[in-house]
Amino acid sequence: MNSEEPTLLKHKFVFIPLTHRPILLWTSKPVPLLTAGLYLAPFFLNTHLPSAHGSSSCLSIIMSIRSPHSCRAFICHIVCGTRTNGLSPIPNFGSIAQFTIPAISGLSILTKCGLLCIFVSGSMLVHYHIHTHGSHKYSSHCLDFTGAIATTDKNKQVLDKLQVERERGITVKAQTASLFYKYQGQTYLLNLIDTPGHVDFSYEVSRSISACQGVLLIVDANQGIQAQTVANFYLAFEAQLTIIPVINKIDLKNADPERVEKQIEKVFDIPTEECIRISAKLGTNVEQVLQEVVKRLPPPTFKKEDPFKALVFDSNFDHYRGVVANIALFGGYLSKGDRIISAYLGKSYEVNELGLLRPDEHPTDRLYAGQVGYVIAGMKEVKEAQIGDTLYHQKHLVEALPGFKPAKAMVFAGMYPMDQSDYSALRSAVEKLTLNDSSVTVQRDSSLALGAGWRLGFLGLLHMEVFNQRLEQEYNASVIVTAPTVPYKAILSSAKLIKEHGKEEITIVNPAQFPDRSVVKEYLEPMVMGTIITPDDYIGKIMSICLNRRAVQKNMVYIDDHRVMMKYLFPLNEIVVDFYDLLKSMSSGYASFDYEDAGYQPAHVIKMDILLNGKPVEELTTIVHKDRAYSAGKAMCERLQDAIPRQMFEIAVQAAIGSKVIARETIKAYKKNVLAKCYGGDITRKMKLLKKQAEGKKKMRYIGTVQVPKDAFINVLKRKDK
Amino acid sequence: YIPRSDNQDVMLECLQRETETLLKLSQVSRITSVFFGGGTPSLARPSTIAAVLETVARHAGLSEEAEVTLEVNPTPVGSSKLEDFLHAGVNRFSIGVQSLRDDDLKVLGRDHNSQHALQTVVEARRLCPGRVSVDVMFGRPGQCVASWELELDELLSVCDDHVSLYQLTLERGTQLFRQVQKGQLSVPSDDITAVMYDSARRILQKRGYLQYEVSNFARNGAISQHNMSYWKASQYLGVGPGAHGRFVPRGEGDVCREARTQTLEPDVWLREVQQRSHGTRRRIPSPTWDCELEEVLVMGLRLIDGITHQHWQLFSPRADLYQILSSSSEVQDLQQTGLLILDDRGLRCSWQGLALLDSMLPTLLLLLEAYITQGLQEQQARGPIGDQRHGGQRVSKPG
Repeated sequence: MNSEEPTLLKHKFVFIPLTHRPILLWTSKPVPLLTAGLYLAPFFLNTHLPSAHGSSSCLSIIMSIRSPHSCRAFICHIVCGTRTNGLSPIPNFGSIAQFTIPAISGLSILTKCGLLCIFVSGSMLVHYHIHTHGSHKYSSHCLDFTGAIATTDKNKQVLDKLQVERERGITVKAQTASLFYKYQGQTYLLNLIDTPGHVDFSYEVSRSISACQGVLLIVDANQGIQAQTVANFYLAFEAQLTIIPVINKIDLKNADPERVEKQIEKVFDIPTEECIRISAKLGTNVEQVLQEVVKRLPPPTFKKEDPFKALVFDSNFDHYRGVVANIALFGGYLSKGDRIISAYLGKSYEVNELGLLRPDEHPTDRLYAGQVGYVIAGMKEVKEAQIGDTLYHQKHLVEALPGFKPAKAMVFAGMYPMDQSDYSALRSAVEKLTLNDSSVTVQRDSSLALGAGWRLGFLGLLHMEVFNQRLEQEYNASVIVTAPTVPYKAILSSAKLIKEHGKEEITIVNPAQFPDRSVVKEYLEPMVMGTIITPDDYIGKIMSICLNRRAVQKNMVYIDDHRVMMKYLFPLNEIVVDFYDLLKSMSSGYASFDYEDAGYQPAHVIKMDILLNGKPVEELTTIVHKDRAYSAGKAMCERLQDAIPRQMFEIAVQAAIGSKVIARETIKAYKKNVLAKCYGGDITRKMKLLKKQAEGKKKMRYIGTVQVPKDAFINVLKRKDK
Repeated sequence: YIPRSDNQDVMLECLQRETETLLKLSQVSRITSVFFGGGTPSLARPSTIAAVLETVARHAGLSEEAEVTLEVNPTPVGSSKLEDFLHAGVNRFSIGVQSLRDDDLKVLGRDHNSQHALQTVVEARRLCPGRVSVDVMFGRPGQCVASWELELDELLSVCDDHVSLYQLTLERGTQLFRQVQKGQLSVPSDDITAVMYDSARRILQKRGYLQYEVSNFARNGAISQHNMSYWKASQYLGVGPGAHGRFVPRGEGDVCREARTQTLEPDVWLREVQQRSHGTRRRIPSPTWDCELEEVLVMGLRLIDGITHQHWQLFSPRADLYQILSSSSEVQDLQQTGLLILDDRGLRCSWQGLALLDSMLPTLLLLLEAYITQGLQEQQARGPIGDQRHGGQRVSKPG
C-alpha cells in the first residue's frame, strides 16, 4: 500500500474566487494577527508527497495575508520535514519555502472576475492516515511562525515582486500550485491554475482551461455579472467544462446574491440552486465549494499507462536554467532524462529537471498523468515552449492536443527610448521581458523623429499597458509609446505585387507599407465583438458613442430589472485608444466592457499624410477609415499646432489624403523675439540660454525649413494621458 | 554697483577696497566710464559715490570726459539729492521712469508716481543737459497699442536725448508673475507686444531718436559709452555684491578676458572683501576663441551697426565672418528674407531682423561652434598649440 506512485482515482476542477479581500479558501475563522491589517487564516494539510524516497512528509499551511497597501496575495508555506513517527511537528524554520500567488482582485478595473482553476485528482494518499495531530495544536504553531515571517524583509519582497499585478490587482502570468484536499476520508490532489482574468490573455486562459475539467465562475454579489464574466464563461463553456457558479462577497452591505443568481440563470442558463454563495473574506461556505467540486466535477480519464502526452500551458524564462515550461500531463508519465519533442517546432529536448509546483518548484523524479508540474529541458527561448503546444515522448508519437495556435498580435505600438543613448539598455529590457512573454512580437523600427526603437505587437490593450508598466517599473526604462494601431490587411490586385509578397493577402502593420489603392482589390480591418454590461440609465449615451465608433449592434438583453447586456461589432481600431475610458467616465464607472476577436471585414481605409508647409512628415502618416479621416486629421493638426513652437515664418499644418487637403491649422510667424535688456549682469545668463537653444536646435527634426522639436512628435504620437 | 545698505561706512570701505583690488589686478591705466546701477544707488550718500570715484582716480586714470552714470529712481528723495550727486562727480543720470500711468506703476511695485517722475526728469535735465536717459517699459498688464503710443508721445516731450525701451519680463518668483499665472492680471500677447515694439521704434525715429541697439535710442549722438562697452565686448570691472565683469587679469599674467561674478549676498560679500579684499565668487576664463567669439557675435548683433569686419578681426584674426557664415544655406535664407545683412561693412540685422535676433542667434552660434571645432581639429592635426587653455575654476568660498 505504501506506494510511491499515487494512483489517480479522480480528477476534478474548480474555479475559486479570489476577490477583493484576502481569503483563505478553507478556513472558517480568519485570525487578526497584526494591527497592520494582516489576516491570517491557517489551514493545514498533512500529506505525504509522492517522492522517490517515500520518507519525507510535507506539511502545507496556506494562509492569506492582507498587506497594508491592499495587496492581495496568497502565501503558502511549505514546510518540509522528515517523517519519523507519523509526522514531526513544525520542523526548523529555515527550511520554510514561501511564495505568492497574486490573487485576482475584485476591485480591479479590468478584471471583475478572476479564475482560479483547481485541478483535483484523487490519489492513493488515503491509505496513509498521517493526519495524526490535533489541528488546534498546529494552529498555535502556525500563528507563531507566520507572525515571524510576516514581518521579515523577505516576505515584503515577495509581496512586491510583481508591482504591476499588485497595483492593478490583476494576474498577468498564470500561477500554478498543487494542493491536497481531504474529503470523506479520501485525499484529493488539487492542481490549481490561477490564470489571468482579462480577455487579452484569453488565449492563455483557454489553454489553461484545456488543462482542466471544471471551472468556478465567480461573480461579485455586489456588482453582478460583468462583461468579463461573460467572456470567461464562454471560454469555459466552449471547452465543455463543468461550471460551478460562485457568488462571492455576500458579506458586503450592498450584496444582492438573489439578483445575481437570477442574472446567472438568465445569461448563462444555469439554475439558481446551483450557485454557491460564499464570503471568501469570512470563509463562509468555502468548504462547501470544495465539496461541490469533488461532487460535481467528473474525474479526468488520463491513464499513466498511455504514452506520455502533456500540454504546455505556461512558460517562464530563468536566466540560469533556460525555459521553465508548466505542463499538465494528459497521459503517461515523464521521468528525468527522457527525450521529449514539442509538436509545434518538432524539436527534441532532454528533460533536465521536473517537478511539482506547490506553487514554488518542488523537484521530483517523475510526473504522472493527471499531475501538473514544471519541466526544464534545455529550451533556450520561451518561443520553444509555446503556450498550447503539446509535448510527447520521442519514442511514442501522439496526436497533438487540439486548439493550439501561435499568439496573434492585435494591437501594435511603437516604442522608443526617451533618450537615444538609452537604446541598448532598453533593448536588453525589452529582450528580457519578451523572454518571459512569447506573445509580444518585436520588430525593429526607426523614426526620423524618435530615433531607433521597435514596433511591438500585443494581444490587446491591457497586455500593452502591462508590458509598458513592467518595463518602466521593473527595468526603470523611460520610453515613448506611440498611440496604438491595429493590423490592417489588403487583398492585392496587382499580379506583380502578389508575386513579390508571395500571396494575395498582406498584413499592414506600419503605415509606411500601406499599398496604394490602385494595386489593391480591397482593404480589411480587424473587428471585435464587444460586450457591454451597464445599468439601463446609460443605454442612450452608450449607444450613441458606439454609433460614433462605427459599431453595429448585434444584440441587447436585460439581464435583470435594470441591467442591460449589449453586443456590438466594433472595428478594433475604434476602441484601441480611448473607448474604454470614455465608456467608464460616461457611465460613472458602472458599465463594463470586454471584447473578443471577430475576424476581418472589408473597410474603406485610407492613408492620411500630415504636411508641414507642404512637406510630408513620415512618422505622422496614419491609416484611418474614410469616415473618420476628417476628425482624425483635424485633431492631429490641432495637436501639432500646439506642439510646434512659432518660428520666423508662418507654418501650415495640413492633413491630406493623396493630394487633397482635408484639414489645416496655421502656426503664425513670430514678429518679435529679442530680449529687451542686455547689460553686464544679463550677458552670462543670456549666453547660457542661447547656448542651450543652439544645443536644442541640433536635436530638432527638420521638415523642409520647419524645425520640429522632439517633444512635438512625442505629444502628437504618444497616447493621451488618461 | 552700490546696493542698499544700512551700514554705509562699512559698505563704502569694502567698495573702495574691492575697486582697488580689481583695478590692480586688471592693470588698467584709464577708466572711460563708470556706472552706478543695480538696485537703488540713488539711496547711497553722494559722499559714497565721491569716495568710490576718488578710489578709481587714484588707482587708474579717470579723465574729465569719462562718463559717470548714476541710476536714479524718480522718487522725491532721489530727485532732491541729484545736485549733490552732480558735485560728487556724476555727469549722467539714468532715470527709471518706466511708465506715466500711476496705476501701472503700482502694479509694477514702484514707489513713485508720474508726477515724481516728470519732476525728476526736469531736475536732471537742468543739472546735466543732454546727458539724461529715461527708461520706459511696454507690455505692461492691461496695456493696449493705442494707449502705449499716446504715453510714449507724452513722455518723449519731456525726455532728454537718450531713451531705453524695455519690455516687461515676468520673473519667476515675483508677485506680478504669480498674479499673471493665476489669471488676475493679463499681459499683452506676443503679437501685441511685437506691434508695440515696432510702433515705439517708429515714433522714436520720427522724434529724432536713432536706435543704436535693440533697446537703446539716442538723439544728438548721446549714445551711452558705458553700455557700448558691453556690446563691443570690451573690458569692464564689476564691483559690489552680484556684479559681473569681463576683464583680463594681467596682474596674474593672463592674456585672456575673464568673466567674473561677485558674490550676490551683500553680507557674505562684505565679509569676503574684508577677508580677501575682493568678493569674486566665480571666474570663467574665456580663451581667445570660444566663448569670447560667441559673446562678440551675440552682443555685437544687438547693435544697429552690427559687427564690423575690423571689430571681428580683433577677436578672430584667423577667420573672417564670410568664411564662417556665408556657405550656410540657413544664413543665405536669412539674407534672402532680408533679416540679416552680411556685406563689406560687416554682419548686422536689418530693421525687421533686429526684432527677431534671438531666433537667428542659435543658427549663427551653431555655425560658429562648427567652425571652431573644425579649427581645433585642424590644429590638433598640425600638432600641439602654443596658447594655454584653462578649465573653469571656482574661487573657494570663505568658511
